[in-house]
Amino acid sequence: MNRRFFLKSGSIALASLGTSLSTPSFLERVVSGANAEGGKRKTLIAIFQRGAVDGLNMVVPFGESSYYDLRPSIAIAKPQTGNAETAIDLDGFFGLHPSMSSFKPLWDSKRLAIIHASGSPDNTRSHFDAQDYMESATPGVKSTPDGWLNRYLQAKRDRDETTFRAVAIAGKMPRVLQGSAPTLTISNLSDFAIRAGKSSANLQNGFEAIYAQKTNDALANTGRETFEAVDYLKRVNPAQYKPENGAQYPRTPFGNSLLQIAQLIKAGVGLEVAFTDIDGWDTHVNQGNARGQLANLLGQFSSGIAALYQDLGQRMDDVVILTMSEFGRTVRENGNRGTDHGHANAMFVLGNGVRGGKVYGRWPGLKNDQLYEGRDLALTTDFRDVFGEIAVRHMHLEKIDRLFPGYSAKQAQFKGFI
Amino acid sequence: MKFLVSAILALSIVAPSIVPAAVQKRAKAPALTEEQRIVHVLNRLGFGPRPGDVERVKAMGLEAYINQQLSPEKITDTVAENKVKDLNVLNMTTADLYAKFPQPGQLLRQLQARGMLPAEVAEAREKRDQPAQPGNPLENENYRKVLEEYYRENGLQRPQRILVELQASRILRAVYSERQLQEVMVDFWTNHFNVFAGKGADRWLLPAYDRDTIRPHAMGKFGALLQATAQSPAMLFYLDNFQSVSPNMRPRPLANPQQQRRGINENYARELMELHTLGVDGGYTQKDVQEVARCFTGWTIFQPRGGAAAVNAMTGETARRTAGTFFFNARTHDDGEKTVLGHKIPAGGGFKDGLTVLDILARHPSTAKFIATKLVRHFVADNPPKSLVDRVAATFIKTDGDIRETLKTIFFSNEFNSPEAYRVKIKRPFELVISAIRTLGADTNGGPGTHQWLARMGEPLYGFQTPNGYSDAAESWVNTGGLLERMNFGLALAGNRVQGTRVDLARLTNGQTSQSKVMDEALKTILAGEISPSTRETLAKQLDQSDPVTKVVGLILGTPEFQRQ
Repeated sequence: MNRRFFLKSGSIALASLGTSLSTPSFLERVVSGANAEGGKRKTLIAIFQRGAVDGLNMVVPFGESSYYDLRPSIAIAKPQTGNAETAIDLDGFFGLHPSMSSFKPLWDSKRLAIIHASGSPDNTRSHFDAQDYMESATPGVKSTPDGWLNRYLQAKRDRDETTFRAVAIAGKMPRVLQGSAPTLTISNLSDFAIRAGKSSANLQNGFEAIYAQKTNDALANTGRETFEAVDYLKRVNPAQYKPENGAQYPRTPFGNSLLQIAQLIKAGVGLEVAFTDIDGWDTHVNQGNARGQLANLLGQFSSGIAALYQDLGQRMDDVVILTMSEFGRTVRENGNRGTDHGHANAMFVLGNGVRGGKVYGRWPGLKNDQLYEGRDLALTTDFRDVFGEIAVRHMHLEKIDRLFPGYSAKQAQFKGFI
Repeated sequence: MKFLVSAILALSIVAPSIVPAAVQKRAKAPALTEEQRIVHVLNRLGFGPRPGDVERVKAMGLEAYINQQLSPEKITDTVAENKVKDLNVLNMTTADLYAKFPQPGQLLRQLQARGMLPAEVAEAREKRDQPAQPGNPLENENYRKVLEEYYRENGLQRPQRILVELQASRILRAVYSERQLQEVMVDFWTNHFNVFAGKGADRWLLPAYDRDTIRPHAMGKFGALLQATAQSPAMLFYLDNFQSVSPNMRPRPLANPQQQRRGINENYARELMELHTLGVDGGYTQKDVQEVARCFTGWTIFQPRGGAAAVNAMTGETARRTAGTFFFNARTHDDGEKTVLGHKIPAGGGFKDGLTVLDILARHPSTAKFIATKLVRHFVADNPPKSLVDRVAATFIKTDGDIRETLKTIFFSNEFNSPEAYRVKIKRPFELVISAIRTLGADTNGGPGTHQWLARMGEPLYGFQTPNGYSDAAESWVNTGGLLERMNFGLALAGNRVQGTRVDLARLTNGQTSQSKVMDEALKTILAGEISPSTRETLAKQLDQSDPVTKVVGLILGTPEFQRQ
């Protein structure tokens, strides 16, 4: 209960880093990007595509003839030079959806890896259950009290104990961060303040004075930390943020969430785990092909992530971006030019430390006898092996035996994308 | 001392063998004053005092007040019932809710199938799915308007409305009901038997869950409550039992593979033992989970997603009253022999298999211990004193799970009435919101303005995803983001910035005009005057500012003291 954000006297020295002797060591470490163990602080940005994205139109297996047989009106055409409405060729077999052209440079520079036919081994086709399982990382078990990212925080003690160690930019705390390790859920960074119009500063002083009095009281300690974090964020001044390197985020809630994650990373608040989500992927009706609702959403999704990558620049040496969605969609299109709930899906992993430019995972094929339950893409990579690889090889978690209860994640099963 | 004597007497009537000998000896911390005992009871058996409540309880006697609260059926509650009388969903059957609050996608598909979809709605929907200009969701906006118009013309409402009204009813009753303990127990059991509104059809099933499952049994017999939840469509849907079928059932060709039943589902069986009755270490095995799941195969819901209730109602067809209600499907029940926790359940039991399981569980000593622990944690302290848990569990067993008698053992215990229990529990956001509204004598419509604050502080009603329900321990609620929102809530409430809730601070401060007296009145009303001198000093500094009363009251609501009960 003795978590301290950092000493108030030190926070002023932030701008002139390294010159002030009074700067507490935690602040030095956090601002220089180092953690208490002396290594560089690593960050994971996890993005959830809620509603089950159609992975087969996101990462298109254009080399499969069955893909075109089963999707007469919604398939993405094979790559064709000069035609912007065909798949973007990746390796002669897989292609990106044409609206995701902003991912192509990242693929070419080997900073984008794809794990196809991945996901949860549980056969549920309920959005709710499948999201629950993916976030708790215990497929088939509902009562797991915490999410896997929270268990990561529990397993890897952080001596710095910053308030901003794990942050969800979301309306409510996501299941994946639920648990005993402290995390923060914010929908908008500028709301992280005392909000009382003209009287805000005055009232904050009042609260600070009240909470400063009690010692050895969990509530009062948390109150003091709260105001330290509020003051620090104020100095970072989220309202005046200017993205770097010409990055342009989509002007959507999703784009705004990613922009705020970049702000937190640059502010040096010790962010280790960031989470946000984007919904609308449940395309049962009129999914579209090279154009249409899925195309629009994939465009927003990929241009947002590409902007985040560009904005963070060299900082992407220490950052990994991971995307996931609860299950894939039926290989056959349905009677409404859409797709229904399916099974395996595709995940993206991005970062300067990623061995990109490759589609990982065994491809199970799309012929009738290769389909899961006769209708869906079969699963060849358990999502826990993907999470596990990131936890171990990027985040340097030493022991993962408690990360996935009931599952023994082994390094031998890792795909090697990091 | 009079109270303690009568407490011992009351206790001895309930359980003569367990009168604590320590009652008179215990004198370390100074005993609670009469006023503190009253405040304590109003905080724990209810959602905190309204202006004048302490005096009212003092006049009638604390013991009489507790006994009155234990018999809510004898308390008239006109004010609260008037407040909720316009919330129509409370009195509607689930079938009617399906008919009047259809999910738009489902409704449009059904209209289309019958050739009833008006051309302009069809067109707007079609366009919605066409590519809009990036960042220009005009078509989507238009579709929303067309849909809204269609709903209005046909007397329909969006399904979100159901939860708005249900949440409002919980807030209004907690604020205005004279049956405070009843509302506390409704909150307790709603968490114990948690159901998440975001799971599938559950938002249509929750009004009946509150009305027919939780409320009638909140102070009755635990066994009856347990059975009611087991048969409630809300729980059957939430924990998937409605689709749990015997693996040996005769297959029936089904058109849609998505509706293909997938055999036995153990979710309910597991949570029934882990969270509803025995507790995780309550002595059951994975084999028991499987056997219990077999017993509950066939416990399902008639038309779990409402069928075509809305379209049927619009075409004047007689609505099926049964949509969304419990039914036992013998065809899908596994009728073989089972063994549960060592009890043999013979083959051929049918529906009775499930009832037998519930009976075994409700009477199991692990259940008594588990429920006693949770109740004592809720009413006394985060770390429940073992001595009290044991006595409460004994009452639970002796009275065959009588909730009222079990509560009595807690309320008249030495532990409950000890200074160590006074103002130690951190209020959950729901408790904070209700107690703040009550202490200011504010008037609320219980609408979305309050729901949003609950969500910001981390406790949206019916918004907890996993079956364990909201935590009752401080560690889950003492965190940076949550605390900041608690302070902001206090400021918003005092500043009349919570939509649908009005505070008259002039009335609260008893017409005092001298500023220091205003502050004293506010502190007296909100915290019974119990505040540290330094906090009082900080508050006094606000008196030189503009709008001092609003600020002082807002700050008091955000103090560490007011976060506790």
